[in-house]
Amino acid sequence: MDFSFLSEYWPQFMHGAWLTLQLSFFGVLFGTALGIVIALLRISKIGIVRFIATVYIEIVRGTPMLVQIVIIYYGLTNFGINLPGFTSGVIALSLNSAAYMAEVFRAGIDAIDKGQNEAARSLGMTHGMALRHIILPQAFRNMLPAIGNEFIVIIKDSSLVSTIGIAELMYRTDTIRNSIYLPLEPLLVAAAVYFVMTFTLSKLLGALERKLKTQ
Amino acid sequence: MINVRGLRKSYGKNEILKGIDTDIRKGEVVVVIGPSGSGKSTFLRCLNRLEEPTEGEIMFEDKLVTGRQSDLNAIRQRMGMVFQQFNLFPHMTVLDNLTLAPRKLKKLTREKAEAIALSLLSSVGLADKRDAYPVRLSGGQKQRIAIARALAMQPTVMLFDEPTSALDPEMVGEVLDVMKKLAADGMTMVIVTHEMGFAREVGDRVLFMDGGVIVEAGTPEEVFERPREARTRSFLSKVL
Repeated sequence: MDFSFLSEYWPQFMHGAWLTLQLSFFGVLFGTALGIVIALLRISKIGIVRFIATVYIEIVRGTPMLVQIVIIYYGLTNFGINLPGFTSGVIALSLNSAAYMAEVFRAGIDAIDKGQNEAARSLGMTHGMALRHIILPQAFRNMLPAIGNEFIVIIKDSSLVSTIGIAELMYRTDTIRNSIYLPLEPLLVAAAVYFVMTFTLSKLLGALERKLKTQ
Repeated sequence: MINVRGLRKSYGKNEILKGIDTDIRKGEVVVVIGPSGSGKSTFLRCLNRLEEPTEGEIMFEDKLVTGRQSDLNAIRQRMGMVFQQFNLFPHMTVLDNLTLAPRKLKKLTREKAEAIALSLLSSVGLADKRDAYPVRLSGGQKQRIAIARALAMQPTVMLFDEPTSALDPEMVGEVLDVMKKLAADGMTMVIVTHEMGFAREVGDRVLFMDGGVIVEAGTPEEVFERPREARTRSFLSKVL
Protein backbone atom coordinates (compact mmCIF):
# COMPACT_ATOMS: atom_id res chain seq x y z
CA MET A 1 0.00 0.00 0.00
CA ASP A 2 1.34 3.35 -0.98
CA PHE A 3 -0.44 6.50 0.12
CA SER A 4 2.39 8.89 -0.66
CA PHE A 5 0.24 10.38 -3.48
CA LEU A 6 -1.93 12.01 -0.83
CA SER A 7 0.50 14.83 -0.12
CA GLU A 8 0.16 15.96 -3.72
CA TYR A 9 -3.47 14.98 -4.44
CA TRP A 10 -5.17 15.73 -1.12
CA PRO A 11 -6.65 19.04 -2.37
CA GLN A 12 -8.16 17.14 -5.32
CA PHE A 13 -10.06 14.86 -2.98
CA MET A 14 -11.26 17.84 -0.96
CA HIS A 15 -12.49 19.70 -4.04
CA GLY A 16 -14.29 16.56 -5.13
CA ALA A 17 -15.85 16.07 -1.72
CA TRP A 18 -17.02 19.69 -1.67
CA LEU A 19 -18.74 19.26 -5.02
CA THR A 20 -20.30 15.98 -3.82
CA LEU A 21 -21.73 17.83 -0.81
CA GLN A 22 -23.13 20.58 -3.03
CA LEU A 23 -24.72 18.05 -5.40
CA SER A 24 -26.25 16.17 -2.47
CA PHE A 25 -27.46 19.31 -0.74
CA PHE A 26 -29.29 20.63 -3.80
CA GLY A 27 -30.45 17.14 -4.71
CA VAL A 28 -32.07 16.67 -1.30
CA LEU A 29 -33.40 20.24 -1.19
CA PHE A 30 -35.20 20.09 -4.55
CA GLY A 31 -35.95 16.40 -4.07
CA THR A 32 -37.74 17.14 -0.81
CA ALA A 33 -39.72 20.05 -2.24
CA LEU A 34 -40.76 18.08 -5.31
CA GLY A 35 -41.32 15.01 -3.15
CA ILE A 36 -43.90 16.87 -1.02
CA VAL A 37 -45.72 17.95 -4.17
CA ILE A 38 -45.75 14.41 -5.58
CA ALA A 39 -46.87 13.00 -2.22
CA LEU A 40 -49.80 15.44 -2.19
CA LEU A 41 -50.69 14.46 -5.77
CA ARG A 42 -50.45 10.83 -4.68
CA ILE A 43 -53.16 11.34 -2.02
CA SER A 44 -55.31 13.59 -4.22
CA LYS A 45 -59.03 12.94 -4.57
CA ILE A 46 -58.71 13.14 -8.37
CA GLY A 47 -57.95 9.74 -9.86
CA ILE A 48 -55.92 10.89 -12.86
CA VAL A 49 -53.68 13.09 -10.69
CA ARG A 50 -53.09 10.17 -8.34
CA PHE A 51 -52.32 7.96 -11.34
CA ILE A 52 -49.72 10.34 -12.79
CA ALA A 53 -47.93 10.60 -9.44
CA THR A 54 -47.96 6.82 -9.04
CA VAL A 55 -46.58 6.28 -12.54
CA TYR A 56 -43.78 8.77 -11.87
CA ILE A 57 -42.82 7.05 -8.63
CA GLU A 58 -42.91 3.57 -10.14
CA ILE A 59 -40.81 4.54 -13.17
CA VAL A 60 -38.15 6.28 -11.09
CA ARG A 61 -37.98 3.43 -8.59
CA GLY A 62 -38.00 0.79 -11.31
CA THR A 63 -35.08 2.09 -13.38
CA PRO A 64 -31.41 2.39 -12.44
CA MET A 65 -30.24 5.80 -11.32
CA LEU A 66 -27.25 5.57 -13.64
CA VAL A 67 -29.61 5.18 -16.59
CA GLN A 68 -31.71 8.13 -15.38
CA ILE A 69 -28.65 10.35 -15.07
CA VAL A 70 -27.43 9.61 -18.57
CA ILE A 71 -30.93 9.90 -20.08
CA ILE A 72 -31.44 13.32 -18.50
CA TYR A 73 -28.00 14.52 -19.55
CA TYR A 74 -28.28 13.45 -23.20
CA GLY A 75 -32.05 13.88 -23.33
CA LEU A 76 -31.82 17.55 -22.48
CA THR A 77 -29.04 18.03 -25.02
CA ASN A 78 -31.26 16.33 -27.59
CA PHE A 79 -33.93 18.97 -27.07
CA GLY A 80 -31.33 21.70 -27.55
CA ILE A 81 -31.05 22.36 -23.84
CA ASN A 82 -27.38 22.56 -22.98
CA LEU A 83 -27.04 22.73 -19.23
CA PRO A 84 -23.77 22.65 -17.34
CA GLY A 85 -22.97 19.17 -16.05
CA PHE A 86 -23.53 20.26 -12.46
CA THR A 87 -27.06 21.49 -13.19
CA SER A 88 -28.14 18.36 -15.00
CA GLY A 89 -26.56 16.32 -12.21
CA VAL A 90 -28.65 18.19 -9.64
CA ILE A 91 -31.76 17.74 -11.80
CA ALA A 92 -31.18 13.99 -12.07
CA LEU A 93 -30.53 13.60 -8.35
CA SER A 94 -33.58 15.75 -7.47
CA LEU A 95 -35.96 13.91 -9.79
CA ASN A 96 -34.77 10.57 -8.43
CA SER A 97 -34.81 11.62 -4.80
CA ALA A 98 -38.29 13.17 -5.20
CA ALA A 99 -39.83 9.78 -5.99
CA TYR A 100 -38.40 8.20 -2.86
CA MET A 101 -39.17 11.25 -0.74
CA ALA A 102 -42.76 11.23 -2.02
CA GLU A 103 -43.20 7.71 -0.66
CA VAL A 104 -41.63 8.72 2.64
CA PHE A 105 -43.98 11.71 2.89
CA ARG A 106 -47.03 9.71 1.91
CA ALA A 107 -46.28 7.08 4.54
CA GLY A 108 -45.67 9.87 7.07
CA ILE A 109 -48.97 11.57 6.25
CA ASP A 110 -50.84 8.25 6.30
CA ALA A 111 -49.43 7.49 9.73
CA ILE A 112 -51.05 10.58 11.28
CA ASP A 113 -54.32 9.73 12.99
CA LYS A 114 -57.40 10.66 10.93
CA GLY A 115 -58.78 12.44 13.98
CA GLN A 116 -56.12 15.15 13.59
CA ASN A 117 -57.44 16.12 10.18
CA GLU A 118 -61.04 15.89 11.39
CA ALA A 119 -60.32 18.13 14.36
CA ALA A 120 -58.67 20.71 12.11
CA ARG A 121 -61.47 20.59 9.54
CA SER A 122 -64.16 20.75 12.23
CA LEU A 123 -62.69 24.08 13.34
CA GLY A 124 -63.19 25.37 9.80
CA MET A 125 -59.66 25.00 8.48
CA THR A 126 -59.27 24.31 4.77
CA HIS A 127 -57.63 21.12 3.54
CA GLY A 128 -54.43 23.08 2.86
CA MET A 129 -54.33 24.69 6.30
CA ALA A 130 -54.90 21.37 8.02
CA LEU A 131 -51.99 19.90 6.05
CA ARG A 132 -49.69 22.81 6.68
CA HIS A 133 -50.36 23.47 10.35
CA ILE A 134 -51.45 20.09 11.68
CA ILE A 135 -50.55 17.12 9.49
CA LEU A 136 -47.17 17.95 7.92
CA PRO A 137 -45.42 19.20 11.09
CA GLN A 138 -46.31 15.94 12.85
CA ALA A 139 -45.55 13.82 9.81
CA PHE A 140 -42.18 15.52 9.39
CA ARG A 141 -41.11 14.60 12.88
CA ASN A 142 -41.94 10.94 12.28
CA MET A 143 -40.23 11.00 8.91
CA LEU A 144 -36.92 12.45 10.03
CA PRO A 145 -35.10 9.09 10.18
CA ALA A 146 -36.32 8.19 6.68
CA ILE A 147 -35.40 11.63 5.33
CA GLY A 148 -31.94 11.32 6.87
CA ASN A 149 -31.57 7.93 5.29
CA GLU A 150 -32.49 9.37 1.90
CA PHE A 151 -29.91 12.13 2.39
CA ILE A 152 -27.24 9.51 2.98
CA VAL A 153 -28.35 7.52 -0.07
CA ILE A 154 -28.07 10.67 -2.19
CA ILE A 155 -24.53 11.38 -0.99
CA LYS A 156 -23.51 7.88 -2.04
CA ASP A 157 -25.50 7.80 -5.29
CA SER A 158 -24.15 11.18 -6.34
CA SER A 159 -20.97 9.26 -7.22
CA LEU A 160 -22.88 8.08 -10.32
CA VAL A 161 -22.92 11.56 -11.85
CA SER A 162 -19.17 11.15 -12.43
CA THR A 163 -20.28 9.36 -15.60
CA ILE A 164 -21.45 12.65 -17.11
CA GLY A 165 -18.17 14.35 -16.32
CA ILE A 166 -18.97 16.22 -13.12
CA ALA A 167 -15.70 16.53 -11.20
CA GLU A 168 -17.06 15.37 -7.87
CA LEU A 169 -15.30 12.97 -5.53
CA MET A 170 -15.66 9.81 -7.62
CA TYR A 171 -14.61 11.54 -10.85
CA ARG A 172 -11.53 13.02 -9.20
CA THR A 173 -10.66 9.65 -7.70
CA ASP A 174 -10.74 7.99 -11.13
CA THR A 175 -8.61 10.75 -12.56
CA ILE A 176 -6.05 10.28 -9.82
CA ARG A 177 -6.04 6.49 -10.26
CA ASN A 178 -5.26 6.93 -13.92
CA SER A 179 -2.52 9.47 -13.45
CA ILE A 180 -0.59 7.64 -10.73
CA TYR A 181 -1.23 4.06 -11.94
CA LEU A 182 -2.50 2.90 -8.56
CA PRO A 183 -5.85 1.10 -8.88
CA LEU A 184 -6.78 0.58 -5.23
CA GLU A 185 -5.39 3.20 -2.86
CA PRO A 186 -7.26 6.28 -4.23
CA LEU A 187 -10.51 4.30 -3.97
CA LEU A 188 -9.80 3.55 -0.32
CA VAL A 189 -9.29 7.26 0.28
CA ALA A 190 -12.53 8.07 -1.53
CA ALA A 191 -14.38 5.43 0.50
CA ALA A 192 -13.02 6.97 3.70
CA VAL A 193 -14.11 10.47 2.65
CA TYR A 194 -17.61 9.23 1.73
CA PHE A 195 -17.85 7.46 5.05
CA VAL A 196 -16.82 10.55 7.01
CA MET A 197 -19.53 12.54 5.23
CA THR A 198 -22.34 10.03 5.74
CA PHE A 199 -21.35 9.11 9.27
CA THR A 200 -21.17 12.75 10.36
CA LEU A 201 -24.55 13.41 8.82
CA SER A 202 -26.06 10.36 10.46
CA LYS A 203 -24.80 11.52 13.87
CA LEU A 204 -26.12 15.05 13.30
CA LEU A 205 -29.54 13.73 12.35
CA GLY A 206 -29.56 11.45 15.38
CA ALA A 207 -28.92 14.47 17.60
CA LEU A 208 -31.69 16.45 15.89
CA GLU A 209 -34.11 13.56 16.37
CA ARG A 210 -33.34 13.33 20.07
CA LYS A 211 -33.80 17.08 20.40
CA LEU A 212 -37.23 16.95 18.74
CA LYS A 213 -38.26 13.97 20.87
CA THR A 214 -37.53 15.72 24.13
CA GLN A 215 -39.67 18.71 23.19
CA MET B 1 -81.23 26.37 14.23
CA ILE B 2 -80.40 22.99 12.67
CA ASN B 3 -83.02 21.41 10.44
CA VAL B 4 -82.52 17.88 9.18
CA ARG B 5 -84.77 16.45 6.46
CA GLY B 6 -84.66 12.95 5.02
CA LEU B 7 -81.03 12.37 5.98
CA ARG B 8 -79.64 9.11 4.66
CA LYS B 9 -76.13 7.73 4.71
CA SER B 10 -74.83 4.52 3.16
CA TYR B 11 -71.43 2.93 2.98
CA GLY B 12 -71.72 0.90 -0.20
CA LYS B 13 -74.78 -1.30 0.26
CA ASN B 14 -74.79 -0.83 4.00
CA GLU B 15 -77.33 1.82 4.97
CA ILE B 16 -76.39 3.42 8.30
CA LEU B 17 -78.94 6.25 8.38
CA LYS B 18 -82.36 5.46 6.94
CA GLY B 19 -84.08 8.81 6.91
CA ILE B 20 -83.61 11.21 9.83
CA ASP B 21 -85.87 14.24 10.36
CA THR B 22 -85.42 16.55 13.29
CA ASP B 23 -85.14 20.22 14.23
CA ILE B 24 -82.75 21.54 16.82
CA ARG B 25 -83.78 24.89 18.28
CA LYS B 26 -81.49 27.62 19.52
CA GLY B 27 -80.42 27.03 23.11
CA GLU B 28 -81.67 23.47 23.09
CA VAL B 29 -79.63 20.57 24.50
CA VAL B 30 -80.38 17.48 22.44
CA VAL B 31 -79.02 14.18 23.69
CA VAL B 32 -78.76 11.27 21.27
CA ILE B 33 -78.76 7.80 22.81
CA GLY B 34 -78.96 4.32 21.38
CA PRO B 35 -77.07 1.04 21.02
CA SER B 36 -73.71 0.78 19.26
CA GLY B 37 -74.12 0.80 15.50
CA SER B 38 -77.45 2.60 15.68
CA GLY B 39 -76.03 5.45 13.56
CA LYS B 40 -75.96 8.13 16.25
CA SER B 41 -72.32 9.13 15.70
CA THR B 42 -72.80 9.06 11.93
CA PHE B 43 -75.83 11.33 12.34
CA LEU B 44 -73.78 13.80 14.39
CA ARG B 45 -70.87 13.71 11.94
CA CYS B 46 -73.22 14.39 9.04
CA LEU B 47 -74.28 17.66 10.68
CA ASN B 48 -70.93 19.29 9.88
CA ARG B 49 -70.30 16.95 6.97
CA LEU B 50 -67.32 15.12 8.38
CA GLU B 51 -69.42 12.33 6.91
CA GLU B 52 -70.89 13.07 3.52
CA PRO B 53 -74.66 12.43 3.58
CA THR B 54 -75.90 10.21 0.77
CA GLU B 55 -79.31 11.87 0.63
CA GLY B 56 -81.31 14.53 2.40
CA GLU B 57 -80.96 18.12 3.44
CA ILE B 58 -79.40 19.83 6.44
CA MET B 59 -79.93 23.54 7.16
CA PHE B 60 -77.90 25.45 9.75
CA GLU B 61 -78.88 29.00 10.68
CA ASP B 62 -81.07 29.02 7.56
CA LYS B 63 -78.12 28.18 5.32
CA LEU B 64 -77.88 24.94 3.40
CA VAL B 65 -75.09 22.70 4.71
CA THR B 66 -75.56 19.90 2.21
CA GLY B 67 -75.29 21.94 -1.01
CA ARG B 68 -72.46 21.73 -3.50
CA GLN B 69 -71.94 25.47 -3.16
CA SER B 70 -72.19 25.54 0.63
CA ASP B 71 -69.28 27.32 2.29
CA LEU B 72 -68.50 24.39 4.52
CA ASN B 73 -65.49 25.99 6.19
CA ALA B 74 -67.51 29.05 7.19
CA ILE B 75 -70.30 26.81 8.52
CA ARG B 76 -67.84 24.68 10.51
CA GLN B 77 -66.39 27.77 12.15
CA ARG B 78 -69.78 28.26 13.79
CA MET B 79 -70.25 24.56 14.68
CA GLY B 80 -67.83 23.36 17.33
CA MET B 81 -67.10 19.66 17.62
CA VAL B 82 -65.70 17.53 20.42
CA PHE B 83 -64.46 14.01 19.69
CA GLN B 84 -64.29 10.82 21.67
CA GLN B 85 -60.51 10.68 21.18
CA PHE B 86 -59.97 14.40 22.02
CA ASN B 87 -57.79 14.94 18.93
CA LEU B 88 -55.71 17.68 20.49
CA PHE B 89 -52.79 18.76 18.31
CA PRO B 90 -49.85 17.04 20.06
CA HIS B 91 -47.14 19.21 18.51
CA MET B 92 -48.57 22.41 20.00
CA THR B 93 -48.95 23.77 23.50
CA VAL B 94 -52.43 23.99 25.00
CA LEU B 95 -52.52 27.72 24.28
CA ASP B 96 -51.55 27.20 20.63
CA ASN B 97 -54.20 24.49 20.32
CA LEU B 98 -56.76 27.11 21.31
CA THR B 99 -55.42 30.07 19.36
CA LEU B 100 -54.41 28.54 16.02
CA ALA B 101 -57.84 28.46 14.38
CA PRO B 102 -59.03 31.87 15.68
CA ARG B 103 -55.81 33.50 14.51
CA LYS B 104 -55.72 31.84 11.09
CA LEU B 105 -59.44 31.80 10.33
CA LYS B 106 -60.86 34.81 12.13
CA LYS B 107 -57.64 36.78 11.70
CA LEU B 108 -57.54 37.67 15.38
CA THR B 109 -54.31 39.15 16.71
CA ARG B 110 -52.30 36.88 18.96
CA GLU B 111 -53.17 39.08 21.96
CA LYS B 112 -56.90 38.93 21.30
CA ALA B 113 -56.87 35.17 20.60
CA GLU B 114 -54.84 34.51 23.75
CA ALA B 115 -57.17 36.61 25.86
CA ILE B 116 -60.14 34.55 24.66
CA ALA B 117 -58.18 31.31 25.12
CA LEU B 118 -57.09 32.15 28.65
CA SER B 119 -60.58 33.02 29.79
CA LEU B 120 -61.82 29.72 28.33
CA LEU B 121 -59.00 27.82 30.02
CA SER B 122 -60.00 29.39 33.34
CA SER B 123 -63.62 28.42 32.80
CA VAL B 124 -62.63 24.76 32.30
CA GLY B 125 -60.28 25.02 35.29
CA LEU B 126 -57.03 24.55 33.39
CA ALA B 127 -55.47 28.01 33.15
CA ASP B 128 -52.25 26.64 34.66
CA LYS B 129 -51.83 24.23 31.71
CA ARG B 130 -51.51 26.94 29.07
CA ASP B 131 -47.89 26.07 28.21
CA ALA B 132 -48.19 22.29 28.62
CA TYR B 133 -48.12 19.88 25.70
CA PRO B 134 -51.12 17.54 25.43
CA VAL B 135 -49.00 14.46 26.18
CA ARG B 136 -48.60 15.76 29.74
CA LEU B 137 -52.36 15.92 30.37
CA SER B 138 -54.78 13.34 31.73
CA GLY B 139 -57.72 12.22 29.57
CA GLY B 140 -60.16 14.42 31.45
CA GLN B 141 -57.89 17.42 31.09
CA LYS B 142 -57.43 16.71 27.37
CA GLN B 143 -61.16 16.62 26.81
CA ARG B 144 -61.72 19.85 28.75
CA ILE B 145 -59.03 21.48 26.59
CA ALA B 146 -60.69 20.06 23.47
CA ILE B 147 -63.98 21.65 24.53
CA ALA B 148 -62.20 24.96 25.14
CA ARG B 149 -60.51 24.70 21.72
CA ALA B 150 -63.86 24.29 20.00
CA LEU B 151 -65.33 27.17 22.03
CA ALA B 152 -62.42 29.42 21.09
CA MET B 153 -63.98 29.79 17.63
CA GLN B 154 -67.08 31.12 19.41
CA PRO B 155 -69.47 28.70 17.71
CA THR B 156 -73.23 28.94 18.01
CA VAL B 157 -73.70 25.19 18.39
CA MET B 158 -71.52 22.46 19.90
CA LEU B 159 -71.50 18.85 18.72
CA PHE B 160 -70.25 16.20 21.16
CA ASP B 161 -69.38 12.75 19.84
CA GLU B 162 -69.26 10.42 22.86
CA PRO B 163 -67.05 12.87 24.77
CA THR B 164 -66.62 10.67 27.85
CA SER B 165 -66.38 7.21 26.27
CA ALA B 166 -62.57 7.16 26.13
CA LEU B 167 -62.15 8.40 29.71
CA ASP B 168 -61.30 6.56 32.88
CA PRO B 169 -64.41 6.53 35.09
CA GLU B 170 -62.98 8.95 37.64
CA MET B 171 -62.51 11.61 34.93
CA VAL B 172 -65.99 11.47 33.43
CA GLY B 173 -67.40 13.84 36.05
CA GLU B 174 -65.05 16.74 35.37
CA VAL B 175 -65.91 16.70 31.66
CA LEU B 176 -69.64 16.42 32.26
CA ASP B 177 -69.41 19.34 34.71
CA VAL B 178 -67.91 21.53 31.98
CA MET B 179 -70.71 20.48 29.62
CA LYS B 180 -73.38 21.17 32.25
CA LYS B 181 -71.99 24.65 32.74
CA LEU B 182 -72.03 25.19 29.00
CA ALA B 183 -75.66 24.05 28.83
CA ALA B 184 -76.59 26.33 31.71
CA ASP B 185 -75.01 29.24 29.82
CA GLY B 186 -77.50 28.60 27.01
CA MET B 187 -75.27 26.93 24.42
CA THR B 188 -77.05 24.91 21.75
CA MET B 189 -75.70 21.39 22.07
CA VAL B 190 -76.09 18.05 20.32
CA ILE B 191 -74.59 15.29 22.43
CA VAL B 192 -74.10 11.63 21.54
CA THR B 193 -73.50 9.83 24.80
CA HIS B 194 -73.85 6.67 26.86
CA GLU B 195 -74.15 8.69 30.07
CA MET B 196 -77.85 8.19 30.82
CA GLY B 197 -77.76 10.10 34.10
CA PHE B 198 -76.30 13.10 32.32
CA ALA B 199 -78.82 12.78 29.46
CA ARG B 200 -81.69 12.80 31.91
CA GLU B 201 -80.35 15.70 33.94
CA VAL B 202 -79.12 18.07 31.22
CA GLY B 203 -81.06 17.13 28.09
CA ASP B 204 -84.00 19.23 26.95
CA ARG B 205 -84.82 16.53 24.46
CA VAL B 206 -83.69 12.96 24.04
CA LEU B 207 -83.48 11.17 20.70
CA PHE B 208 -83.37 7.40 20.90
CA MET B 209 -81.84 5.95 17.74
CA ASP B 210 -81.77 2.34 16.62
CA GLY B 211 -81.15 0.79 13.23
CA GLY B 212 -80.51 4.11 11.50
CA VAL B 213 -83.76 5.85 12.49
CA ILE B 214 -84.99 7.97 15.38
CA VAL B 215 -87.22 5.47 17.16
CA GLU B 216 -88.44 7.80 19.86
CA ALA B 217 -87.97 11.45 20.78
CA GLY B 218 -89.18 13.45 23.73
CA THR B 219 -88.26 15.07 27.01
CA PRO B 220 -86.02 13.02 29.30
CA GLU B 221 -89.09 12.26 31.46
CA GLU B 222 -91.04 10.96 28.48
CA VAL B 223 -88.24 8.81 27.09
CA PHE B 224 -86.77 7.52 30.34
CA GLU B 225 -89.94 7.21 32.53
CA ARG B 226 -92.65 6.43 29.98
CA PRO B 227 -91.03 5.03 26.82
CA ARG B 228 -93.68 4.22 24.22
CA GLU B 229 -91.62 1.97 21.97
CA ALA B 230 -90.63 -1.59 22.79
CA ARG B 231 -87.13 -1.02 21.38
CA THR B 232 -86.60 1.95 23.69
CA ARG B 233 -87.77 -0.05 26.70
CA SER B 234 -85.50 -2.94 25.80
CA PHE B 235 -82.48 -0.64 25.37
CA LEU B 236 -83.14 1.22 28.62
CA SER B 237 -83.59 -1.99 30.58
CA LYS B 238 -80.06 -2.97 29.48
CA VAL B 239 -78.30 0.29 30.28
CA LEU B 240 -80.09 1.60 33.34
